[in-house]
Amino acid sequence: MSAPLLRVEGLTVESRAGEAATRIVDGVSFALRRGEILGLVGESGSGKTMACRALMRLLPSSRLALAGGSVELAGEEIMGLPEAAFRSIRGRRIGMIFQNPASHLDPVMRIGEQIAESVRFHQGGRRRQANEKAVELLRQVGIPDPAQRAAAFPHEFSGGMRQRAMIALALASDPEILIADEPTTALDVTVQAQILRLLKEIRDSRGLSIIFITHDLGVVAQLCDSICVLYGGRVCEIGPKREVLAHPRHPYTAGLMACQPGTAGGSGRLRTIPGYPPASDALPSGCRFHPRCSHAVSPCAEVQPPLDPFAPDHLAACHNPVRQASLRTRETA
Amino acid sequence: MNRAASLLEVDDLVLHFPVSGGGALGLWRRSVKALNGVSLAIRRGETIGLVGESGSGKSTLGRAILGLEPVTSGHVAFAGIDVTAGRRADLARLRRETAMVFQDPSNALNPRLTAGEAIAEVLRVHRKVLPAEIPARVSELLSLVGLDPTLGNRRPQALSGGQCQRVGIARALAIEPTMIVADECVAALDVSIQGQIINLFIDLRERMNLTLVFIAHDLAVVRRLCDRVAVMYLGRIVEEGPTEAVFSAPRHPYTAALIRSIPEIDPDIVLPDAPMQGEPPSPLSLPAGCPFHPRCPHAEARCHADPPPSLRRRDDHGWACILEPGALPTPLNASPIPIATGESA
Repeated sequence: MSAPLLRVEGLTVESRAGEAATRIVDGVSFALRRGEILGLVGESGSGKTMACRALMRLLPSSRLALAGGSVELAGEEIMGLPEAAFRSIRGRRIGMIFQNPASHLDPVMRIGEQIAESVRFHQGGRRRQANEKAVELLRQVGIPDPAQRAAAFPHEFSGGMRQRAMIALALASDPEILIADEPTTALDVTVQAQILRLLKEIRDSRGLSIIFITHDLGVVAQLCDSICVLYGGRVCEIGPKREVLAHPRHPYTAGLMACQPGTAGGSGRLRTIPGYPPASDALPSGCRFHPRCSHAVSPCAEVQPPLDPFAPDHLAACHNPVRQASLRTRETA
Repeated sequence: MNRAASLLEVDDLVLHFPVSGGGALGLWRRSVKALNGVSLAIRRGETIGLVGESGSGKSTLGRAILGLEPVTSGHVAFAGIDVTAGRRADLARLRRETAMVFQDPSNALNPRLTAGEAIAEVLRVHRKVLPAEIPARVSELLSLVGLDPTLGNRRPQALSGGQCQRVGIARALAIEPTMIVADECVAALDVSIQGQIINLFIDLRERMNLTLVFIAHDLAVVRRLCDRVAVMYLGRIVEEGPTEAVFSAPRHPYTAALIRSIPEIDPDIVLPDAPMQGEPPSPLSLPAGCPFHPRCPHAEARCHADPPPSLRRRDDHGWACILEPGALPTPLNASPIPIATGESA
């Protein structure tokens, strides 16, 4: 098997408040192959966005600091690079798109100009060529009449169109990896389906690798090749999509799947996970899921479980893993 | 439908918001056509889901039902109260019998009041219990929504999103309402918490015979919770009927496309490549003819020009389309998935 394009090992982010430091991202490891779409799944506060921000060195507060870990891009360690050298990676080799494109596009600059600016910043060249490339990118992301629409301002675009423009902007530098942070969460389902198809097409045509951050297991099941489930800042399960969805080993993964209402779910009470996700300043000891876990056994409260292999590439961190197959067991309990 | 049995009657409701004019000197007056002739009847104890994409008018309809929006024309009647006439005594009675639960639970609560004070405020204003009994009733309401009464001493920022939403529901229940309008009340919550809130509504409905208007864009949640569902598109109800009938045999192409657009957790139920083209047009300038025709795969010449089809009704299942029932293919994910025993290793 070919070496992964991106290898993240033991990524750790600490939040410092006075003397105390809590690890809001704690030893997160995953690998991304060329052309692979990896779904990073978790609830709010699970660390899924923070792990990717740390990877891009875009931690949003001075209280948050990278506390360890290694990131290899195409075999080269990039974690220790000085900031000036890192600029040739962030936005260029690794692009990013966000949940709310309106707040990441310049409201007073025409869409085409913003994309052309990025093309010239990353690749140089003349203004006219950059403008032509911008129109071509808008065409590739499915904007009708791209030559005319390039002159529009972001507020003249609908939500789905803005997300397409944001994708075009991220593609302007010909990145190898795209980090997509909940890009369809704010969109209507019909538009979400269009954007998911667009991302698949871009992956197929450009061989792009995508890290897709989401809380929606349905989106992961439809779009991704592999799944990495985070809880309380740690990876609790990682593996190929079909393997994880058919045989979830971590009780949290199995619980999340059982919570999905499912369009075919019939009526009646939903299964739930009791309790609430932990706050970042009060993370439980041992396995961070143990206070909510129906499978918890004696060591769970004290000993952090290691990531154990269950099948090729399928790892789960649990002292008492789930044994039964879980897909299609959405019974009402 | 037996009109006498209805708790809420909405009759040909039209609601247009004027917006600041475009053109030279802003003289070109325009309006957002949020509701364009909505009729709906809800029986006592029924849970109805209002679904549709953003801009479909579902939230506006929810607010208009509670008399929170100025109506352009048409009528809303709640238990004999003419909501649209806006008489002060009528509205006061309406406020005593209805409540609303909002989408963003932390913003809907006063940050300076503790959860307990926020609930006590409602009890005081509506004089539901004697002042001396308020603390006991607050604890009772917190327990009713599944919160530890000691959490009543906390302010919203010390509560999680799910806990705040439970406080919001406790405030709504404090007035002992006949009807609750819940506007996207689980959309901002984590998946594992959504289920808790949905189950809470299922419990409360059984115990208190609540009438619930549940506004949501998440069709899966609506299918779980609601007896009936009304699908809205650009300010019109395009389909309305018993939930199972609508989901298993949709009669309007928009409903069918919405159902197909939901990504299923089973990778074998593949999301179609293009469930629907384009996005909803702006409610500032509605298309001529049927408002859905620019996105409709079944549109014919008459759909472009003729006035929009009115809601036809057969077997208590209404639809606003020229197609006959059964003309649309059954959605792939319509039939309930067989329940596995799940005990095998």
